[in-house]
Amino acid sequence: MKRLLDEGKLILIAIPVLIWTLLPIYHLFVLSISNQESMLAGKLWPDQPTLQNFQIVFKQQHYYLTNFWLQLFNSFLIAITTGLLTLFIATCAAFAISRLKAPGGRSIMNFALATYLIPAAFLAIPMYKAMGTFGLLNTRTALILAMVALASPYAIWVLKQASDKLPKELDEAAIMDGATSLQLFRMVYLPLMKPSMVVIGIYALLLAWNEYLYAFLLLSSEKELPLAVGLGLFLSADDAPWNLLMTAGLIYAIPPAVIYYGFRNNMVSGLTAGAVKS
Amino acid sequence: MTAATMATSTPASADATSGQARDRVFWGVLMLAPYILVFAVMVAYPVAYGLWIGLNFESYKALFADPIFLRTVVNTIIFLFVAVNLKFLIALFLSGFFVQQRAWVRFMLVLFILPWAVPSIPTILSFRVMLNPENGMINQQLFQWFGIMEGPGWLTDPTLAFASSILVHIWKSLPFWTLILVTGRLAIAQDLYEAASVDGANKWQQFRFITWPSLATLYVTSTLLSMIWTLGDFNSVYLLTGGGPGDLNHVLATLGIRYMRNNNLDLGIASIIVAMPLILPMVWFMVKRLSKGAE
Repeated sequence: MKRLLDEGKLILIAIPVLIWTLLPIYHLFVLSISNQESMLAGKLWPDQPTLQNFQIVFKQQHYYLTNFWLQLFNSFLIAITTGLLTLFIATCAAFAISRLKAPGGRSIMNFALATYLIPAAFLAIPMYKAMGTFGLLNTRTALILAMVALASPYAIWVLKQASDKLPKELDEAAIMDGATSLQLFRMVYLPLMKPSMVVIGIYALLLAWNEYLYAFLLLSSEKELPLAVGLGLFLSADDAPWNLLMTAGLIYAIPPAVIYYGFRNNMVSGLTAGAVKS
Repeated sequence: MTAATMATSTPASADATSGQARDRVFWGVLMLAPYILVFAVMVAYPVAYGLWIGLNFESYKALFADPIFLRTVVNTIIFLFVAVNLKFLIALFLSGFFVQQRAWVRFMLVLFILPWAVPSIPTILSFRVMLNPENGMINQQLFQWFGIMEGPGWLTDPTLAFASSILVHIWKSLPFWTLILVTGRLAIAQDLYEAASVDGANKWQQFRFITWPSLATLYVTSTLLSMIWTLGDFNSVYLLTGGGPGDLNHVLATLGIRYMRNNNLDLGIASIIVAMPLILPMVWFMVKRLSKGAE
């Protein structure tokens, strides 16, 4: 009887939490299969579910969607390049700081941490200005560089912590055998760090894929934009075709969600463990 | 240590170890170089440039004369206070729910982290469409079920629009902090609870004397970190209401961008510099704390 009562209490908590969590996502989905009429009537479920929106999006048959495929490609390009560059920079830096005890490593780590903690929205304006001076405005390179600068600090920090946990004896033994630093990196460090590197690569990739503000500031031509900002263009009109916006948004949301759930256990423990050390 | 012991052995190996030491320094610096370059070009230079622009005293006079700025400062403080505290109280409560050892609760956790796993642009835009006062699903449903002809102006009434931004912010960041607190709760030894219930402690006493003391540090650190990040939340405000209606609902993160888009870079920079006395102590504290924890 008490068990049943406990179960009931839990269910009473679960229902509102589920509705709250899923409502916007459900709404996104419902609109993507609604025609204009059902959408404007705010139906909980469309009278005639349709896949026509997807057809329109894929064939780019609307003014706001003229560059859909190009923008989707841009999103992939920016995310993957950011992921790889961040991984390279952070893996090298973490090795130098943690294993080689490079001079100045500690200060670099603190600068990186400060960069990680200062909200990105506050770095955006100075960074925009600097990009103007470099003549990089409205290039995808600018966005990639900005995203690498934003992703690297946390990446270095997580990798450094993982690296600190590797036993010192491994390095000492290798050094006794006359291994050079580069050999140590390739044969000892890289193989052991692989799991953390996967998490960090994905972290940087998702950060770049999901970014709106920097993309919106640094890029202006519709052919350079990633899909995130392409979706934002719908906001410029009041009577925007929301169902098409939601359809394109759903397509945009799927790759990160798949990656997330595919690597869920690693991601959750990897990212939450790094965020707050108590 | 190896260098010291080996240096005394033979001249040949002394050469080898000092060679190795030089090799370590060389590679250490070389491998730090890419990040130092990125940091110098993309962070240090822009920040220095921004500070230089920020030296203009006139900008601050103009800033404090702007009623939108003053309103924004108040908004930001309210946003921070309400959003962070509400989020953490809910997260604290829900973390107690998600530590329950039941299969369906664990499955629910998978659904619960969706807002965190899905990019914010489509979901915030989904909120925006859903809350549209005329055609949005919420008000249409209110009409169909309760016959309310004119539903609340979720995005057109200044107070409601501000509250909506806070709700969207909480929706997005709640899963992350709940997970953090779940991790914290799972680290508490179970026999403490068993001993307590043998002694007849009720649920509240168990929370008060076991859970809370164990979670307090984590809770405070997380709150601080969340405050810094909430201060930088551009999307929840900009994508939902654009700071509207009538620029009444900006926060510092969106106001700077608004100044800049209106070709008023100096004011944008000044509005950021004004926020620094609030941000930097928290950042400094967290850097100390995180780098100490890593040792």
